[in-house]
Amino acid sequence: MNPPLETPIDRRSFLKLATMAGGGLVLGYYIRPSGRAELATGDIEKVDSIFIPNAFIRIAPDGSVTVFSARPEVGQGIKTSLPMVVAEELGADWKNVTVVSAPLDAAFGPQFAGGSVSTPTSYTAMRKVGAAARTMLIEAAAQEWGVPAGECVAEGGVVRHPASGKSIKFGDLVARASALPVPAEASVVLKDPKDFKLLGTRVGGVDNARVVTGQPLFGIDQKRPGMVYAVYQKSPVWGASPKGANLEHIKGLPGVRDAFIIDRTVPAGQLTGLVPGVAIAADSTWAAFSARRELEVAWDEGRMPDSSWDDFARQAGQLASAPGAQGVTEARRDGDIDKAFAGAASVVEASYSYPFISHTNLEPQNCLVDVQGQKAEVWAPTQNPDGARKLAAQVLGIPPENVQVNITRIGGGFGRRLDSDPVAEAAAISQRLGVPVKLTWDRTDDLQHDHYRPGGFHFLKGAVDAKGALSAWRSHHVSFGSNLGADDYPARFVPNYLLLNSKLENNVPQGPWRAPGSCTYAWMTCCFLDELAHAANRDPVEFNLALLGDKDVVPGSGPKSRPYNAARMRHVLRQVAEKSGWGKQMPRGRGMGIGYYFSHQGYIAEVAEVTVKPSGDLKVDRVVAVVDVGSQIVNLSGAENQVQGSITDGLNAAWRQELDIRKGRVVQSNFNEYPMLRIPDAPRAIEIHFVKTDFPPTGLGEPALPPLAPAVCNAIFAATGKRVRQLPISRTDLSWS
Amino acid sequence: MPLTGPAPKADCGYETAERMSKFTLQVNGRSHEVDVAPETPLLWVLRDNLDLVGTKFGCGIGQCAACTVHLDGTPARACLTPVSAVASARVTTIEGLSADGQHPLQKAWCELDVAQCGYCQAGQLMAAAALLARNPTPSDGDIDDAMSGNLCRCATYFRIRAGIHRAAALIAEPGEVRP
Repeated sequence: MNPPLETPIDRRSFLKLATMAGGGLVLGYYIRPSGRAELATGDIEKVDSIFIPNAFIRIAPDGSVTVFSARPEVGQGIKTSLPMVVAEELGADWKNVTVVSAPLDAAFGPQFAGGSVSTPTSYTAMRKVGAAARTMLIEAAAQEWGVPAGECVAEGGVVRHPASGKSIKFGDLVARASALPVPAEASVVLKDPKDFKLLGTRVGGVDNARVVTGQPLFGIDQKRPGMVYAVYQKSPVWGASPKGANLEHIKGLPGVRDAFIIDRTVPAGQLTGLVPGVAIAADSTWAAFSARRELEVAWDEGRMPDSSWDDFARQAGQLASAPGAQGVTEARRDGDIDKAFAGAASVVEASYSYPFISHTNLEPQNCLVDVQGQKAEVWAPTQNPDGARKLAAQVLGIPPENVQVNITRIGGGFGRRLDSDPVAEAAAISQRLGVPVKLTWDRTDDLQHDHYRPGGFHFLKGAVDAKGALSAWRSHHVSFGSNLGADDYPARFVPNYLLLNSKLENNVPQGPWRAPGSCTYAWMTCCFLDELAHAANRDPVEFNLALLGDKDVVPGSGPKSRPYNAARMRHVLRQVAEKSGWGKQMPRGRGMGIGYYFSHQGYIAEVAEVTVKPSGDLKVDRVVAVVDVGSQIVNLSGAENQVQGSITDGLNAAWRQELDIRKGRVVQSNFNEYPMLRIPDAPRAIEIHFVKTDFPPTGLGEPALPPLAPAVCNAIFAATGKRVRQLPISRTDLSWS
Repeated sequence: MPLTGPAPKADCGYETAERMSKFTLQVNGRSHEVDVAPETPLLWVLRDNLDLVGTKFGCGIGQCAACTVHLDGTPARACLTPVSAVASARVTTIEGLSADGQHPLQKAWCELDVAQCGYCQAGQLMAAAALLARNPTPSDGDIDDAMSGNLCRCATYFRIRAGIHRAAALIAEPGEVRP
């Protein structure tokens, strides 16, 4: 047992202690409490009397607990859920917990929000953060009472000794706990999940009260003294540079401070960082917007001024009809595909295609940067604050450590804000002007300079044998960035399998869009499987269960490939059939369809129930989802919200979204030309069933989206006999008589 | 590609002072004087001049309704409302929807944890508040009609609908002040 602390510690020794504490605690990256996070609490003067076991937790003598949220909040609920994990292990009373957004600081470990990785990578770490502090509080209480620590428990913000009936509040343990060494990571004992009080319950978002009262939470809401408002005009044709502009006229317009050309590309040769354009800085957003309407720019032509979707489609068709041609690579071959087709009972061929779409974050891209000499401070709605820091540093020519990044709440991420181009633009403008600059994109900037979800073309041929089993699968995927992977489903489950891939030369900026890859692969895969099930005269659920075989885990083909847990997938498929009333008789014009996919470590199956009127009007009446993301739902309300949102967003993307690419640019310029789903078209009934399995908890920002589009399209087929092989769904005439 | 449009004006053409005008706005029960160009949308006056940033910019053409405010109790798109057209109308923004954040819709939104990113929610709440003020027991069809202008990119429509019904139930409870 450690000797009790006899004298109060001064601030210096306390911070030393805290530093040691951080150094010894939990994981290598939680090396110290964050100096800036300290300032963020606004009470650095009181730090002597606050218990800071590590970077994430502060407990004040009044018992109030502050938990820092390291990950950007994009609407996925992470600012609530991970602090809940800390609070659960700490034994805090959630009502006394205040959650504060951390700035970018190595003390907080990874601060990235994308790929649904926050929960799987931080869940156990956050448990240990809370448990280590709880261990110290219990030790402090045990010393106070002279009882073994093992007889004490912490819950509700109090340490209790049940045998004697003694109890003491966390706040009263602050001084004593602060003097204790931090327990070694290996010695920290986590709670038994069956004792969880907070995790798995429905907890409202920690910022809800501020959201509903319009507080300045978002990037676009940030202000600094002396700030100017900027816009940045880039060429609608990607990759073009300004040759000249009517800058003198613009500079004379009301409220305009300056206008100038930026003729740099950072990183060189890329379209997703700083690209050339014309900056206008003004006294107000409206003055900048107004001046821009008078801006005239002469652009060079760009690298591929003639690229168009129609041309891409033609090229894809040519590649598909000449599989031996240049530009076609064999990504996987199993068995003897030709022999299997020759001996098939039934063969189906189909071509699927899907368009480029935009992220359409409702908060347009923006950033506030204050460059002062060799230092810069950034306020950004970024999913990738470290990437923002590095790009800003590169643009400014200063060391990354000279760039401080404040992470604001984010008005929609969906992958777009993993790229930091608005940060780069604001940094370049602020450096030139020497004052804080808030850059605001308008909706046209946002739609025409997105980093798009790539479109693609998929040419499929499948066979079923005399027993009705899927015996051969041949696919040729033609895309613009990444292609289907060698292990992407249904690879590993079909004995005779061939995957060909091609990439079209293009100049379209691309980036991750919610459930990258999976968001389109699930659609074409599950739709074509449905076609094959019908060719085999088998019920689609039964056909897919048979395809998933009888092995529990199918290993990955290479060292980087994930195993596929077929048992988990079969379970959610069976469950969704049962919960949805799969197989019930429905009149013509109504139907059910199934979609299922493994992505972002989640196993999810969804059944959609649709009505298609004879006129072709579509209504998605009901969606049932069965979700396996492991052993523990962190925040039930947040988890349900993510699944409800993913389902509705999946419908949003699949139904009407489509960008028209012509002459090297996106044609659409605002929501009037890019229809988004509205409340009347949102499914009224969404039923969610979480199944708990003995696997570590994983994220829910993405994996519930991919199964929705195929579920709906397969339901449309059940209702009408019409196959939707092209997205958006609105491109297919669904009328029937 | 040559420069198109009119040649740059050597004399700049404008004097800033000539284009600015003083307006007195009644916002959330307080009087504010601003000196801005007359065509400036109310949205930007609220955000840039009055520091009321709860009203959000989404599209600038009235298609997303993130900028919904009330003018004399009627929902309006602040991005399409020039400040010169506001005149003496009472402007209510999300910051003034209730004195204490306890409007039945605000309560319902917190209770049902409606928001995801939250960016559209001020506009959703203002549109819903106008609906409930004229129809305290809206049907799903009424909600569709009143709310179809408001985009939610996170697609929280399921909970927005539930939130409006919940607020209607709160309003019906004895002791609740009708908005």
